[in-house]
Amino acid sequence: MTIWTGQRITRFEDENLLRGNGNFTADLPSPLYLRFVRSPFAAGKIERCTAPAGVTMFTAADLDGVKPIQPMIRKFGYIPILQHVLARDVVRYTGEPVAAVIANSEEQAEDFADSVVLDISPAQVSVTAAEGLAAHAPVIHPGMDSNIVVQTAMTTPDHAAATAQAAHHVTTKIRSRRQSALPMETRAAHAAFDPATGRVTLTCTAQMPHLMRTAIAALLGMDEADLRVIAPDVGGGFGQKMSLAAEYVVLVWAARKLRATIAWVEDRRENLMASFHSRDIEIEVTGAFDATGKFLALTADITANVGAYAPYPNTAAVEPLMSFTELPGPYDIGAYACTARGVITNTCVSAPYRGVARPAITLAMERLMDRAAEQIGLDPAEIRRRNLVHKFPHTTPTGLVYDDASYIATMEAALRAADVPAFRARQRAARAAGRHLGLGISTFCERTGYGSAAFAARGMDVQPGWENVDMRMDSHGFVTARIGASPHGQGLRTTLAQIIADTLGIAPSQIQIVHGDTDDTPYGWGTFASRSLVISGGASLIAARKIRGKIIDEAADILEAAAVDIELGDGLARIAGTDRHIPIADIAAARNGFADDGFYDPLGTFSNATHIAVVEVDTGTCKVRVEQFIVAEDAGRLINPMIVDGQIHGGVAQGIANALLEEIVYDESGNILTISLADFLAPTAHEIPPIRILHRETISDATITGAKGIGEGGTIGAPAAVLNAINDALKPFNVEINEMPATPARIFAALQAAR
Amino acid sequence: MKPCDFIYHRPDTIAAAVALLAEFAPAGGRILAGGQSLVPMMAYRMAQPSHLIDITRIAALSGVQVTGQTLRIGAATPHRHFAKPVCGGALGEMLPHIAAHIAHAPIRNRGTFGGSLANADPASEWCTLLATLDGSVEAAIRTGTRHIPAADFFTGVMATALPEDALLTAAFLPILQDYRWGFYEISRRAGDYAMAMCLAAYRLQDGVMTDAHLGIGGAEATPRRLPHAESALNGQPPGETAFNRATDAASASLDPMTDHTMTADFRRHLVRTAITRALAGSRA
Repeated sequence: MTIWTGQRITRFEDENLLRGNGNFTADLPSPLYLRFVRSPFAAGKIERCTAPAGVTMFTAADLDGVKPIQPMIRKFGYIPILQHVLARDVVRYTGEPVAAVIANSEEQAEDFADSVVLDISPAQVSVTAAEGLAAHAPVIHPGMDSNIVVQTAMTTPDHAAATAQAAHHVTTKIRSRRQSALPMETRAAHAAFDPATGRVTLTCTAQMPHLMRTAIAALLGMDEADLRVIAPDVGGGFGQKMSLAAEYVVLVWAARKLRATIAWVEDRRENLMASFHSRDIEIEVTGAFDATGKFLALTADITANVGAYAPYPNTAAVEPLMSFTELPGPYDIGAYACTARGVITNTCVSAPYRGVARPAITLAMERLMDRAAEQIGLDPAEIRRRNLVHKFPHTTPTGLVYDDASYIATMEAALRAADVPAFRARQRAARAAGRHLGLGISTFCERTGYGSAAFAARGMDVQPGWENVDMRMDSHGFVTARIGASPHGQGLRTTLAQIIADTLGIAPSQIQIVHGDTDDTPYGWGTFASRSLVISGGASLIAARKIRGKIIDEAADILEAAAVDIELGDGLARIAGTDRHIPIADIAAARNGFADDGFYDPLGTFSNATHIAVVEVDTGTCKVRVEQFIVAEDAGRLINPMIVDGQIHGGVAQGIANALLEEIVYDESGNILTISLADFLAPTAHEIPPIRILHRETISDATITGAKGIGEGGTIGAPAAVLNAINDALKPFNVEINEMPATPARIFAALQAAR
Repeated sequence: MKPCDFIYHRPDTIAAAVALLAEFAPAGGRILAGGQSLVPMMAYRMAQPSHLIDITRIAALSGVQVTGQTLRIGAATPHRHFAKPVCGGALGEMLPHIAAHIAHAPIRNRGTFGGSLANADPASEWCTLLATLDGSVEAAIRTGTRHIPAADFFTGVMATALPEDALLTAAFLPILQDYRWGFYEISRRAGDYAMAMCLAAYRLQDGVMTDAHLGIGGAEATPRRLPHAESALNGQPPGETAFNRATDAASASLDPMTDHTMTADFRRHLVRTAITRALAGSRA
């Protein structure tokens, strides 16, 4: 009997995409195009915005009835700042949309936008978190006392005592520089108003079509039923497309206003400038250790520069609070004290990007462990061995519960694969020849597949989490599963089909997964936070089991056997141990098909991994070459190992980019300097080495498919492994590189300062 | 990122191109060759030429010829033409090696030698080559042709001595028979603009270096030969002593470009590395 789970079957998604037959939002023709006029200044008062005669232009004054974007969490003193979808009276970051012009083509729209006269009186700006926090910094949002949008602190009762007892105190400070997700497909939306029904069909590149529908309808004061949202093929989201784009709201408003079809296609400069940024974070950590290197207490201070507004639905609190909650990582840290704050500045809004705050917190903890190892005189692997959680379930000081996993065993597997003693010998020989090789370790756990309880605990007004799957087998035995998740590269059409196929005893090619169209799918929360396989997979399994029960009952009737003796496989219902069978398609025909649904809302599950990077630092050029990269990971049951490998490859590439290359840069006036791919440096194939991946499968009962999420692990762990490797390579020079990206200029400056 | 409107011309002859340039250059008309620099700038609307004069159909502008000890390169010859040696001497060896550093293969398919020179990006490999080997260019204007030596050609960042109504038609480089040479470029990623590059070439006579050419690019506003570094090489046997002295001399005379990613000290460091490694490469 064919078992589909665990097989590396090729993805159903790929043939169309590879042949150029994908359907992307910008492929849709449109009679009209919209372009935004964006603020050239980071802060200031809008004095005048006028268009020449004959140019249709809308400003905030026209959108008077449109509500502002105002996501909310009701904890941690979060202040619900609001954003008008077109700037009203003032601008708060360079690139903020101020006006929208309508034209017959993209070219004409750009000409019209250029013809608009926009006068802004520039005001004092805060670009860095430090500037936003400074005593006399202008308060960027009215009604606030400062630019701190959220702040929280905690201290566990044992913290003071634990810290006092410690034999060793090790402090390290890391700086994560601003990132952009850089999806290959920029944001795009196409709003078609149907005069016959008054409905708008919004086709847009998005990760949460149902929530976009709810949110946009609410902001525009229209019935949700009058808005249909379709996420077609999406050319990369990485979190950037889970947040509601003000631009999409304006587009739908304009389509209704003009009773027309209008499209907006963002260009690369706009995407770098005005689509969501992330990870502009600094973290200081102090580890208190006993004489054997065992963690007694962790103390931390976290500041996140969250930009000018709040992303919907996650709010401006998402990065500082995630840092605060998840900082301890895979370690049993003992006592915990942490303060965290989010600071508003005149920069683009910060929102989740694959990994969110975790690449930064992992960098902090992994640099701390390496520094502690050095100070205490332990091997970097040994200090981790002594501190990685190994008894499950484990509850962290912030209340997270780690389910069954393999933090230590996975690390050992990575270390064996890296053959550390052989590397050390090679490193010594290379040093003698004036070459600097380094090896860096990073261990972490990844919070995945968490349902509504987690979002409720955050105090979010919008509480995503559960998923529904509506499943139907037609009278020919062909199955359609309609899901509320919204895959955009995750391969869910394949992996869900594998899960369903095994449960129903049919082939994956007999199963179609329908997603992305709010008219055709049950309400669901989309795809983000490494959740879809866990939660939609779980719901699919539940629905399929119900249908399986119906098929078996019917087969038992037809075959005159007991239900418990019926097995399903290879398209047949068979009496176990005999030849007697009936095709499942025939059973379906007899009953005119079957239908049922599944609902799943899990608490969440933690996957884990260890990354090991081997680098060479060329002190002549100060460039870092990643020579080898090893990932040992445990994501529970792998439904399709090839797809898992793909997720890891992509995530690691983004993580290496974060470590060495990619950075959004503003000057001191808040002008963004990185507005093209010549300035914002994405890695090419030359910069990413082959990635060796080892798998473990710890089956936890926190996820009914046995599968954990894996989408973000690559980005979470890779930067720390690379930075630790750089520091290992540069040991003879007495420098510390704690900032990412670790550009050649930064490495040079550190080497120069140490001389 | 759509360009502004422009009027497109595609002349068949040099004379026709020059006539169009004379008419339209004062109003913002420009030559279009490979377009690999100009077209992205037009997409960003940093360049807004009212007229584009596409010269890629003019056969006389493409191709290379050797006459004596000089290679003549037609301005519209694409970079890919140099993937294999096109002549003898050190020049024949170094052209493919240097060409491989220019961006990526699709760009090399369309970008042209003359376009690179006329664009005068400080990080252009061909500009560094022309400056270091003391080549020259030929330009056509309505009233005839003009020759401009390399030393006079590069006047600043993205600026040349070409009059606005002149069409660059050819470049000339010495074959450098029996010369040793080395080239080293430092960039952030494969194919990126150079942060510093060095081309070095010299003859070996009775065990010592003579007729040294040592030039750098990517580090200052224009590429140039470094006469003090060359003096440190001439008359000396090739080896670390002379090479280090040349590097020190070069470093002392540098006027480095700086920006938010590059301090003067770091640029200097990179120039030293590029020179050291180019010279080390010349011994192979």
